[in-house]
Amino acid sequence: MSIDALDAPAKRSRPGMKPTDISNPDYFHKVVDCQWACPAHTPVPEYIRLIAAGRYADAYMVNWKSNVFPGVLGRTCDRPCEPACRRGRVEAEPVAICRLKRVAADNKGEIRDRLPKPATTKNGKRIALIGAGPASLTVARDLLPLGYHVVIYDQDPAAGGMMRTQIPKFRLPEKVLDEEVGFITDLQPELRMGKRVDSLKAVLAEGFDAVFVGCGAPRGRNLEIPGREEAKANIHIGIDWLSSVSFEHVDKIGKRVIVLGGGNTAMDCCRTSRRLGGEDVKVVVRSGFEEMKASPWEKEDSMREGIPIHNFLVPKEFTHKAGKLTGVLFEKVKAEFDAKGKRSLVPSGEPDVHFECDDVLVAVGQENAFPWIERDAGIEFDKWGMPKVDEVTYQSSNPKVFFGGDAAFGPKNIIWAVAHGHGAAVSIDKFVNGLSVADRPPPFVTLASQKMGIHEWSYDNDIANDLRYKVPHLPNEVALKDVKAEVELGFDRELGYKETQRCLNCDVQTVFSAKLCIECDACVDICPTDCITFTENGDEKDLRTRLTAPAKNTTQDIYVGDGLKTGRIMAKDEDLCLHCGFCAERCPTGAWDMQKFLLETAQAGEKCQSR
Amino acid sequence: MTYLAKPKFRHPSLEKNERGFTRRDYEGSISTLCAGCGHDSISAAIIQACFELNIEPHRIAKMSGIGCSSKTPDYFLGQSHGFNSVHGRMPSVLTGANLANKNLIYLGVSGDGDSASIGLGQFVHCVRRGVNMTYITENNGVYGLTKGQFSATADRGSKSKAGGTNTDSPIDLVSMALLAGATFVGRSFSGDKPQLVPLIKAALSHNGPAFIDVISPCVAFNNHAGSTKSFDFVRDHNDAVNRLDFFEGRAEIVTDYEPGTVQDVEQHDGSIIRLHKIADSYDPTNKVATMNYLATHHEKGEVVTGLLYLDPNPKDMHQLLRTVDVPLNRLGVKELCPGAKALDTINDEYR
Ligand SMILES: Cc1cc2nc3c(=O)[nH]c(=O)nc-3n(C[C@H](O)[C@H](O)[C@H](O)COP(=O)(O)OP(=O)(O)OC[C@H]3O[C@@H](n4cnc5c(N)ncnc54)[C@H](O)[C@@H]3O)c2cc1C
Ligand SMILES: Cc1ncc(C[n+]2csc(CCOP(=O)(O)OP(=O)(O)O)c2C)c(N)n1
Ligand code: SF4
Ligand code: SF4
Ligand code: SF4
Ligand SMILES: [Mg+2]
Repeated sequence: MSIDALDAPAKRSRPGMKPTDISNPDYFHKVVDCQWACPAHTPVPEYIRLIAAGRYADAYMVNWKSNVFPGVLGRTCDRPCEPACRRGRVEAEPVAICRLKRVAADNKGEIRDRLPKPATTKNGKRIALIGAGPASLTVARDLLPLGYHVVIYDQDPAAGGMMRTQIPKFRLPEKVLDEEVGFITDLQPELRMGKRVDSLKAVLAEGFDAVFVGCGAPRGRNLEIPGREEAKANIHIGIDWLSSVSFEHVDKIGKRVIVLGGGNTAMDCCRTSRRLGGEDVKVVVRSGFEEMKASPWEKEDSMREGIPIHNFLVPKEFTHKAGKLTGVLFEKVKAEFDAKGKRSLVPSGEPDVHFECDDVLVAVGQENAFPWIERDAGIEFDKWGMPKVDEVTYQSSNPKVFFGGDAAFGPKNIIWAVAHGHGAAVSIDKFVNGLSVADRPPPFVTLASQKMGIHEWSYDNDIANDLRYKVPHLPNEVALKDVKAEVELGFDRELGYKETQRCLNCDVQTVFSAKLCIECDACVDICPTDCITFTENGDEKDLRTRLTAPAKNTTQDIYVGDGLKTGRIMAKDEDLCLHCGFCAERCPTGAWDMQKFLLETAQAGEKCQSR
Repeated sequence: MTYLAKPKFRHPSLEKNERGFTRRDYEGSISTLCAGCGHDSISAAIIQACFELNIEPHRIAKMSGIGCSSKTPDYFLGQSHGFNSVHGRMPSVLTGANLANKNLIYLGVSGDGDSASIGLGQFVHCVRRGVNMTYITENNGVYGLTKGQFSATADRGSKSKAGGTNTDSPIDLVSMALLAGATFVGRSFSGDKPQLVPLIKAALSHNGPAFIDVISPCVAFNNHAGSTKSFDFVRDHNDAVNRLDFFEGRAEIVTDYEPGTVQDVEQHDGSIIRLHKIADSYDPTNKVATMNYLATHHEKGEVVTGLLYLDPNPKDMHQLLRTVDVPLNRLGVKELCPGAKALDTINDEYR
C-alpha cells in the first residue's frame, strides 16, 4: 500500500453564511441572555459566581457599578433578565437572578472604602438634575467623582423618588434605600430638597452647563364615571394614596376596599390596604387575569395575602348614599378576537355586578406631566405632550437639556431609569467637553480562556439539576400587622448558594478555531443539547433546518466557523448551549476553548471621552 | 482528572421513537477514552442505529474483549446486557450466550488487536459457525490501550508515532471474514456516520454472522502523517463503493431514482437494504467479484468502504445445528433430561 503525503489543501466551502465575527462585542454579549436583556447590562453570571464563592462584597460591587441600587433592585426589580434566562429554555424556570442580587447586598458587609470618594478637584462645570429619583441619582453618581458640581432638586423632603414615595416599605425597607441613596449623597451633590421646580427657564437662567430632567411620571390617571364627584371622599388615586402612606399622612383605610386596575400599582395598593385595616380587599380588573400588567410574582404575592382578583369587569358607576360611597357597579365583559387576533372587550350580556365597599383605590395608570416646562424653553413636545428625546443620547431638542427615567419615554421601572441615567451622564460628559454626543463609547470587553487542565476549568462546569428555589416569606399573621415589616425574607446564604448553582455560566463562551479542528466529531457526539453540526454551508434559513437539531429560535444566532479541511463548516446553534464545556473537554486539539467574556458598558469619564 | 456525568438536559425537540425513547436514552456512562477517539464516534453511531431501529435496550447483549475499543460497551446502551470478557475471547463468550438464548440481539465489539492478534482464531471460528451477531472491530492499526504498538492490521510501511516502520504484512479482517463465511460484510469509517449508521442498522437486522470493520483513528497514537489509519489518510483514500438506506418494512419505501443507480436487496426478515451505487459495476451479492475488487483496490492504496458483501438468505448457527425453537435457557429439567428411555432411542439411531 502506498503512503502519500497527507497535508492535502483545504477544500473550498460552498457559499452561504459568513463566518461569525466574534470580535464584535455584540456577538458574545447576546449569548449572555440575562446581561443582554438587562437595560444596564449587569454582568449577571459574573456576580452569581462571586456569590457562590462567598465573595458577597465583590458580587455587590459588580452590581453597584452597573445598576447603582443592588439592594433596592434585589427586592424590587422588574427583572427583564429572568424571562430571557437560558435556563428557562432548558427547564421549567429561570435562575432567580433578582433575589440572588439581594443575597449579595444582604451579605456584603462594609464596602464604603471601595466606593468612589468625593472629587477633590472640581472641573468647574455645573449640572442641574430635576427630581431625585433613580435616573437623576445615577447621573449624579457617574458625574460627581469626575469633579462636576451637581445640583439636585426635588419637591420631596428626601431623595429617592418613587423608590421612596411609591414602593411600599414592606417590599423595600427604608434602611436599604437610605443606605444606597446615601452612597450617592456622600459624593456631595448640592441637594435642594423640598423645593419644587416651577420653571425650567429659571433653572436654565442660573447658568448650568447642562440640565437633566428626571422628574418621573407623577400623575395618576382618574376614573370619570357617575358617582365620582359625589363619593369622592372615599375614592383615592392610587399613587397619591401610596405616597401619603409612605409619608405617614395616612395610616388606615376602611374594612372593605376595592382596588381598580391590574398593574403593579394596584398590587401595592391592595397589599398596603390589607396592612392598614382592610379585611375584605379585592382587586377588580377589566381584562382577563392572564393579560394583567402586574408581574406574575406580584399577583401571586397578593393572592397569598388573601386578596381575590376578579376579572372581566368594567367599572360603570360608583354607588353612594347620603354622600357616602357604598360600592362599585360593574359590567361583565368577555374577550373577543377579530380575524387579526386583536382582542376587544365586549359586554357579555350577563347582569351587572355590584360589590359593596368603604373605600376605592383607583390604580388605572400613570401619566407624565410637565406643567413646569415652558413651551418656549426650546424643548419640542409631541402631540401626546411628551418631550422629543433621542433614544440613544437622551438629548432633547434643547441641546443643553437631557431627559431620562419615566420622564423621557413614559413610565417604566427603576432599572430602565438607571440605564438612562448612565447614558445621559455619558452624553452630558461629552456635551460639556465639546464632543459629539452621538458618538457613543464602545464597551470594555475581555475574553480569557478558563482552561486549567484536561478536565479542569476555572469555572464550575457541572450542571445542577435543581429546580428554582422559593424565597421564604413572613407568615401572613405577622406580615399583615405591620406596613413596614419586610415580607420577603430573602435567601439565606445556603439557599442562595444552591440557587447560584442553577446558573449556566452563559458568559463562558465556546470559542471555535477552525484551523485546529480535525473534524473528529467528538464534540458533536458529546454535546448534551445537540448544538454542534459539521455540514455544507448554506444560507441561514436553509442551514437552520439541516443542523443536528433544528434551530427554530431565530432570536439566537448560529455560530459559523469555516476553513475546515473537508470544506464543510462548523455551525453551532447558540440557543440551548449549556456552557458545560464538554465539547472543549472532548476536543483532542483544543479547537474548542471555553473563554470568559466580560463586558462592561462604558460610563462617563475620561476613558469614555478618549475612546 | 474527573469526569463529570453528561448533563441530563436535552434538546426540547429531541425525537422519540416508537418505544417512547429518545436517542439519549440509549447512552451509557461517560466515556473515559482519549478526547477525539474514533471509538466514541462509533458508540454514537451504535446509539443512533438502535434508536432508529426502535430496539428495546433489554433485548441487546453487548459483548467485548480487552482494549480501548472493548471498553466502549460501557459508554452506550446503559440499559442493555453486557459481558466484558478477556482479551480475544469475546467470540466464544458470545457464541455460548447465543447458544443459550437465541432470542437476544448480539453485538460484539472488538479491536484490531483483540480480533486480529490474540483473538484471531476465535474470530474466524465464530464467523464460520454462522453465529447470528453483529461483530464490529474498531480498527485503529494499534494497540491503543497499551500505548500504541503496531497491531496486525497495520499496513506494511506505515509509521509509528515514534518514527518506527511496520515491516509485517497486514491482516485484512474483511477478507478473512469473507473467507470464513460471513454473510454480511462491510467496512466504514468512524468519521462518516451517514454511511456507518445504516450499515449498523442493516447488520443488526441481518440473521447471520455480520461483520463490520470500522476504521477508527487513535488520536493519541496513530493519527500522524505516515499512518494509514488517520483521519486525513482515510478521508483522502476512501473508496466508497456504495451508500445505503435501510428500511425495516416494504411500506416506507419510495422509488424515484434513475434506473441502475440503486439496488434494493431484501433480507430474510423482509427488511430492505437500498444501495446507492458509487462504483458502477460493484455487485455486493457476488462474493468472488468482491474479493477481487478488494484485492485490486487495496493494491492501489485505497480504503474500500460500504456494504461489501451480502447473502440475503443466510443460515445461522441454530438453523445449522437444528436446535429447538425454544431458546435453550427456557427449557426445563424435563426437556433437558428426558430420561433413560429417550437416551436409549437416541443411542439406537447410531447402532
Ligand atoms: C406604586 C408603584 C410601585 C412601583 N414599583 C416598582 C418596582 O417594584 N420596581 C420597579 O422597578 N419600579 C417600580 N415602580 C416604577 C418606578 O418607581 C419608576 O419607574 C422609577 O422610580 C422612575 O424613576 P425616575 O428617576 O424616572 O423618577 P421618579 O422615581 O418618579 O422620581 C422623580 C422625582 O422627581 C420629583 N419631581 C417631579 N417633578 C418635580 C418638580 N417639578 N420639581 C421638583 N421635583 C420634582 C418627584 O417628587 C420625584 O421624587 C413603581 C411605581 C409605582 C407608582
Ligand atoms: C491475555 C492478555 N494479553 C495481553 C494483554 C494486554 N493488552 C491489553 S489491550 C491490548 C491490545 C488492545 O488492542 P486493540 O484490540 O486494537 O484495542 P484498542 O485499544 O486499540 O482499541 C493488549 C495487548 C491483555 N490485557 N491480556
Ligand atoms: S458547552 Fe459545548 S458541549 Fe456543552 S452544551 Fe455548549 S456546545 Fe454543547
Ligand atoms: S472535537 Fe475538536 S477536533 Fe473534533 S470535530 Fe470537534 S472541534 Fe473539531
Ligand atoms: S489510546 Fe487511542 S484508541 Fe485508546 S482511547 Fe486513546 S485515542 Fe482511543
Ligand atoms: Mg486497536
